[in-house]
Amino acid sequence: MRIVGPIIAVCALAGIAWLGTGPLSLYTLFGVIIPYCAFAAFVVGFIIRILNWGRSAVPFRIPTTAGQEKSLPWIKQNKLDNPSSKAGVVGRMALEVLFFRSLFRNASTEKTEDGIAIGSAKWLWLFALIFHWSMLIIVLRHFRLFLDPIPAWITALEGLDGMFQIGLPVIYLTDLGIVAGITFLFIRRVVVPRIRYISQTIDYFPLVLLFGIALAGIIMRYFTKVDMSAVKELTLGLVRFTPQATVTEPIFYIHIFLVCCLLVYFPWSKLMHAGGIFLSPTRNMANNSRAVRHVNPWNYEVKKHTYEEYENENWEKMQALGLPLDYEHVKEEEPPAEAEAGAAEGAPEAANTEDSEG
Amino acid sequence: MAKLPNRTEMLDFDFSLPPEGWMDTKTEFKDGMFCHAVKPEKLETVGMPNAHKWSASDEDWGLPENWKEIILQGMADRLEKYRSFKLFMDVCVRCGACADKCHFYMGTGDPKNMPVLRAELLRSVYKRYFTRAGRMFGSLVGARDLTEDVIKEWWYYFYQCTECRRCSAFCPYGIDQAEITIMGRELLNLLGLNTDWIAGPVENCYMRGNHVGLTPPAILDNVEFMMDDLETVTGHHFEPSFNRKGAEILLVCPSGDLFAEPGTFTFMGYIMLLEHLGLDYTLSTYASEGGNFGFFTSNEMAKRLNSKIYAEAERLGVKWILGGECGHMWRLMQQYMDTWNGPADFLEQPVSPITGTVFENAASTKMVHMVEFTADLIYNKKIKLDPSRNDDWVVTFHDSCNTARGMGILEEPRYIIKNVCNHFYEMPDETIREKTLCCGSGSGLNAGENMELRMRGGFPRAEAVRSVVDRFGVNMVANICAIDRAAMPALMDYWNPGVGIVGTHELVGNALVLDENDHRTMNLRQEELPSARKEKEIADAVAAVNGPENGEGGAA
Repeated sequence: MRIVGPIIAVCALAGIAWLGTGPLSLYTLFGVIIPYCAFAAFVVGFIIRILNWGRSAVPFRIPTTAGQEKSLPWIKQNKLDNPSSKAGVVGRMALEVLFFRSLFRNASTEKTEDGIAIGSAKWLWLFALIFHWSMLIIVLRHFRLFLDPIPAWITALEGLDGMFQIGLPVIYLTDLGIVAGITFLFIRRVVVPRIRYISQTIDYFPLVLLFGIALAGIIMRYFTKVDMSAVKELTLGLVRFTPQATVTEPIFYIHIFLVCCLLVYFPWSKLMHAGGIFLSPTRNMANNSRAVRHVNPWNYEVKKHTYEEYENENWEKMQALGLPLDYEHVKEEEPPAEAEAGAAEGAPEAANTEDSEG
Repeated sequence: MAKLPNRTEMLDFDFSLPPEGWMDTKTEFKDGMFCHAVKPEKLETVGMPNAHKWSASDEDWGLPENWKEIILQGMADRLEKYRSFKLFMDVCVRCGACADKCHFYMGTGDPKNMPVLRAELLRSVYKRYFTRAGRMFGSLVGARDLTEDVIKEWWYYFYQCTECRRCSAFCPYGIDQAEITIMGRELLNLLGLNTDWIAGPVENCYMRGNHVGLTPPAILDNVEFMMDDLETVTGHHFEPSFNRKGAEILLVCPSGDLFAEPGTFTFMGYIMLLEHLGLDYTLSTYASEGGNFGFFTSNEMAKRLNSKIYAEAERLGVKWILGGECGHMWRLMQQYMDTWNGPADFLEQPVSPITGTVFENAASTKMVHMVEFTADLIYNKKIKLDPSRNDDWVVTFHDSCNTARGMGILEEPRYIIKNVCNHFYEMPDETIREKTLCCGSGSGLNAGENMELRMRGGFPRAEAVRSVVDRFGVNMVANICAIDRAAMPALMDYWNPGVGIVGTHELVGNALVLDENDHRTMNLRQEELPSARKEKEIADAVAAVNGPENGEGGAA
């Protein structure tokens, strides 16, 4: 059900779009009203989530250090995996966000009969990277629909994306990439027992949804060939707030309805990792808390056992040892010092101390 | 105490998974896999809430009537106070990169020891009570109700995590299970559900200044004993001072180094070095602990225990603080102490009196790690070393989790070891530095009653050691961590008998040449040095040539 459920759900969503724009011809609803609402929901939701995280304090400087720290001048610091400056943090974050640095460390652990074996495992990193980069480029390519004239960088990007000039229309590498990426990530969840065990409905759903979006897009571009001038009229109209939904092909509306579902779903789901990673305290902080004091905004006074109390409790013993003393001894009615005298001999707590604690 | 399974029994598991989902699997409390429940007196001494008598094997844990309210309020507070907590609850995509990185998972095969699922134990409750989706859709979005069984599950699994941060190094968003375990344990402590092994040292440290509860006479006795041993080995008598006002440096060590072998040898190493250099330093009986089991209890408790160090440095009027070899102690010195109890504006920026090196990386906290201090001495050729004194040992280095992933002290200890030992070999790359594997006993899990858990958790590390034992004949694991020194001898005895554990400054102490007359015959453990053995062999050979009646004495 965790796997089939999302597939049924996405099919149902696609069905709604087909019903609405095929038999019912609700073009303005699916082409204008829903996209506007979905986009607004995305922007507002995204901001709310970021602000919500931002409201929580960062009491301590807790980077996960993954290399040599800044130390003595002759010891080479690993400035990207263990940054001590803002520039280093920017570098670390860039590596993390653009190239999935941490995921690149991935290894797989297998249990053998009498031990364990740790081996290389770069597949997740590779396909995750292919998927995310493809998605980014595809989103950027779509800007051609919202801008007039089309900026040169988009044309250049399209040229690069279709550089092998295979097929007509030219096949974009990113179209292959996103399908390959999603397929890998999905199959991995279904097939690898460990990953299947930890996967929930909400892990399959976004993959199926994205697959649906990509599929509808690919059908439109390579097979059914929608009326691009009508599409561009609608998309430019949306940007200029003079929308005209003259497109009539349901496949187009299925595509954008699924995109709308993604936009609405995005801020309230795990997909917010896209925003969250920038706020991750184990990655976005410099490891310099011994050199530069970090302030905890909610730091408060706590009850302590002061030296004065300590000295008073141990006064006689300390005096007998000739240790320097700061205070006059204040005797309590029943000095507890005698009761604990046995402890002075060696190891108190010895009964439960198999190893020492450090 | 549960009987410890033998090797074959211990390894009789695989990574297969139960047919039912993890939410439907009830926690089975297996003997040997958890610590004793805390005795209420220990919590009362330090004023922790809801102290009561209970036991993990009981059906009824005697939770306060409003336990659910306490937990949910506790979560709400911490979601505001810690962005890490809130963010890590929200952004996990369950990619599974962390799943097989945890030493407890590798050693038990228990799926709830995958960091991602350990986090889900808490995340599922977060979703149910703190997210709209969870309130509306429940288990469809991975949410579940908070029940007493969930509390028990938390207790079992949050005390099967050593807060080692290995998962965090592999997570694409830096989700740190240590942070989640810390939160989980804080919540459990609101209900009086600590372990006895953690609460005991906390109480000791609060009242007496150190985890093992050493009183001033016990500390001085132990140190005197060690100094006598040092005199036996080196012919030099050292008298470190205590609570001395006006010293330049306050030396803070983990109390394990004052208490039991092989930590005591490490302590002897510190003292030999500092006395040899003629440093103006003192120790404190009040701030006699660098480690902090409070950190395994709650942030507040950690801060309370840690406060002694700056307070004592200020009272004694020292200029800066030097810290001994200890893992979690140093994570706290680096990432927490200054924030908790600083600013330390009564101290001065640390400068090595011997080399003049300014420790710029400690400009604010004013505390220097012993291996930084010693590496600087060696680099500037300020001490004479004879590494051949460690020639009986083929050494590897085990990075402790905290100094590796909570600081990044990786090269300093290696530099030192390479200068004081002739035989040093690294373990496989996947198991050292930022990918180091835990000893299995960190974060307050180094008790006796959970020995099976410790042996399982330490198994991946032991495997890595075994690989260098087989390839290079390694017989000694060096470290810079008091928990390692306390816990790893048992681990090695179990998985790799014959392999010893040594603090880095014990190696330094052995190699350190005190003066031109420093011709030692023993190492700090009072074992015969290779050079002495050779001399004896030569003497024996000479005696054998001279006549059998003289030779007998030498051969004995």
